[in-house]
Amino acid sequence: MTPDVKIAPIKRVIITTRKTEEPKLASLNFTEADVKALSKIKKDPTWLAKRRLDAWKKFASLPMPTLNDEAWRRTDLRSFKWNDVQLSALDSKFKPKRVPATYLKPLVGKEQGGQLVINAGKIESGGTASALKRKGVIFTDLLTAAAKHPTLVKKFMGKAVAASEGKFAALTEAMMENGIFLYVPKKVEVTLPLHSIISVSGSSRFHRILVVLEEGASVTYVHELVSSDNKEKTLHTQIVELLVGKNANLKFVELQSLGMSAWNFTHERARVGKDGKLDWIFSAAGSHLTKNFSEIDLDGDGAWGRMSGFYFAEGDQHLDHDTQQNHNAPHTTSDLLFKGALRDQSRSVWQGMIHVAPGAQKTDGYQANRNLVLSKAARADSIPGLEIMADDVRCTHGATVGQLEEEHIFYLMSRGMPRSEAEKVLVDGFFDPIMQRIAFEGVITRLKKQILQKMSESGSGE
Amino acid sequence: MTTVLEIRNLHVSVANKQILNGVNLTVKQGEVHALMGPNGTGKSTLAYALMGHPHYTVTAGQVIFKGADLLELKPDERARLGLFLAFQYPVAIPGVSVANFLRTSINARRRAANAEDKGMPIPEFRKMLKSKMELLKVSADFAGRYLNEGFSGGEKKRAEILQMATLEPEIAVLDETDSGLDIDALRVVADGVNALMGPKMGALVITHYQRLLNYIKPQFVHIMLGGKIVESGGPDLALHLEEKGYDWVREKYEDKVEAK
Repeated sequence: MTPDVKIAPIKRVIITTRKTEEPKLASLNFTEADVKALSKIKKDPTWLAKRRLDAWKKFASLPMPTLNDEAWRRTDLRSFKWNDVQLSALDSKFKPKRVPATYLKPLVGKEQGGQLVINAGKIESGGTASALKRKGVIFTDLLTAAAKHPTLVKKFMGKAVAASEGKFAALTEAMMENGIFLYVPKKVEVTLPLHSIISVSGSSRFHRILVVLEEGASVTYVHELVSSDNKEKTLHTQIVELLVGKNANLKFVELQSLGMSAWNFTHERARVGKDGKLDWIFSAAGSHLTKNFSEIDLDGDGAWGRMSGFYFAEGDQHLDHDTQQNHNAPHTTSDLLFKGALRDQSRSVWQGMIHVAPGAQKTDGYQANRNLVLSKAARADSIPGLEIMADDVRCTHGATVGQLEEEHIFYLMSRGMPRSEAEKVLVDGFFDPIMQRIAFEGVITRLKKQILQKMSESGSGE
Repeated sequence: MTTVLEIRNLHVSVANKQILNGVNLTVKQGEVHALMGPNGTGKSTLAYALMGHPHYTVTAGQVIFKGADLLELKPDERARLGLFLAFQYPVAIPGVSVANFLRTSINARRRAANAEDKGMPIPEFRKMLKSKMELLKVSADFAGRYLNEGFSGGEKKRAEILQMATLEPEIAVLDETDSGLDIDALRVVADGVNALMGPKMGALVITHYQRLLNYIKPQFVHIMLGGKIVESGGPDLALHLEEKGYDWVREKYEDKVEAK
């Protein structure tokens, strides 16, 4: 039976054209000679030097993203002065301030399996428990790893994020001055958490983080990104790769606590093997502007991945998180919750996608983004998305942008709390579901401190 | 000195509509007053106006509380002075546990009294909360639940009374605390209120029905109609209402109160 379908005639067609961009696009002053000079200073093995040059070619061939690119529609880079950026890694006279001790305190538990501090591209302090070393765990800076464990680094670097993925991925691969390498061998369970801090200073810094868990391995790893100067305009780009093997279990906490003037661009991806588990926690409190691409690829049957995000923007901060949950195999589960608050004239963007590949049946995907807008001038954009190519799946999503309710504030004030205190309690309550997911006491304390600080600052901070 | 809440010729409007047309009422510490009246007569408006809800505009009159001009104060200042409102429809506060909420309220008071105060120590708070919960026969898991979220009608009212018990007001306004409760829940809530009543607390119990007054015994009963208190008396006035309903009040005062 053919249904009788009537199509209403189209009466009016509206065509809107997006405003054309100014053609003048600034770029970095870096050259291929800079890349070679960096290779020399960093004593690159040949393969790494070659990869840098290949990435540099890629970088040069890609245009700077503009508002015409779908992923960059809501993040405007035009005000950034690319010409002013210096390659700080080549500045031999650069003397960074030491990383303050407050950052070195453990954020998970009291005891740590190891801690690494990278400051201005160089290792400032570091140590791994000898028991872990005996088991074959490698937790060191990326340059040392490339020199001492070239086979491993060469094998895994780029497995999750390719230089060709974007302008800033290519830039990071070309200019990478250091980073973290964590390798946990087959069936090794690291019980004490690992902790690393990268401190950013100068005009530009480029890092990459590579985490590899072989089959059946498990670890909890906390990484924090900080600036040594809150007002310094530093360009920071980063690649994060998390490779979670079959039956492996990674808890990764990533705290972005950059200074308020940093411009931050990252490409991050996790790949999770059969029955592997990844619990990935993000926080973003710092930076003037952040554009973060985070993806989780559930590659093996039964893989599980959870992404929990916290952000709080103030002043003229702009935080843009672009997430993707890729279900590439059947029986995979993903669960994303990003919650953010905004005050002053700050802005946030969250754009999420759940992608279910053909044949990835019995998958369960969830994504939710909740925003709390605390001032009239602040703005949150929340764009969920589903792309489902299999028919036996369950995928749900939700996105909300709300404000504090006057009735709630009145209720709290009627109990004796001044308005500012009432608002703080409500904001804490808003974030509670994300704190529950984070579960690590030290991390929660850190985030609550950031909330308190952001709530008590008056005006735009600067 | 006995705390006094004195309402003088109070006129209140909501969204440009006049609701209260000159309320006069004095409630002292240790006294229980019942405010009764048909629906839509302004009883809850009085409660909200006393607490300082931003949507309620006082157009004339005065409220003196402990010698201060109450209407000049913000809601939190009124609360810290010793006024409490048990809401008819308390809102749910997601993500904030009952215990956390109460501790923050107590600490806000302590800090207002002394900026250097570090807040009530957690063990002391826990002990205090436990004793209040036992007094009100509230189950122990209550403290950890998000305030009013997913609470039944009875639980919400019990949470209000628990807050009252913890904050120890000098004058409490209970707005339709009986509404939406079955007889068992009503008894539990009334027992709680009675347990807290005494020489240190005065109460204005707002209710539409006489049945609450079987459990909470007022010394004074007032009837509100058309935004005014039209009749005041002793407990027998409530019994009279129970027997005759509100019709006789309407008949007696209809022409005296402004038409709505």
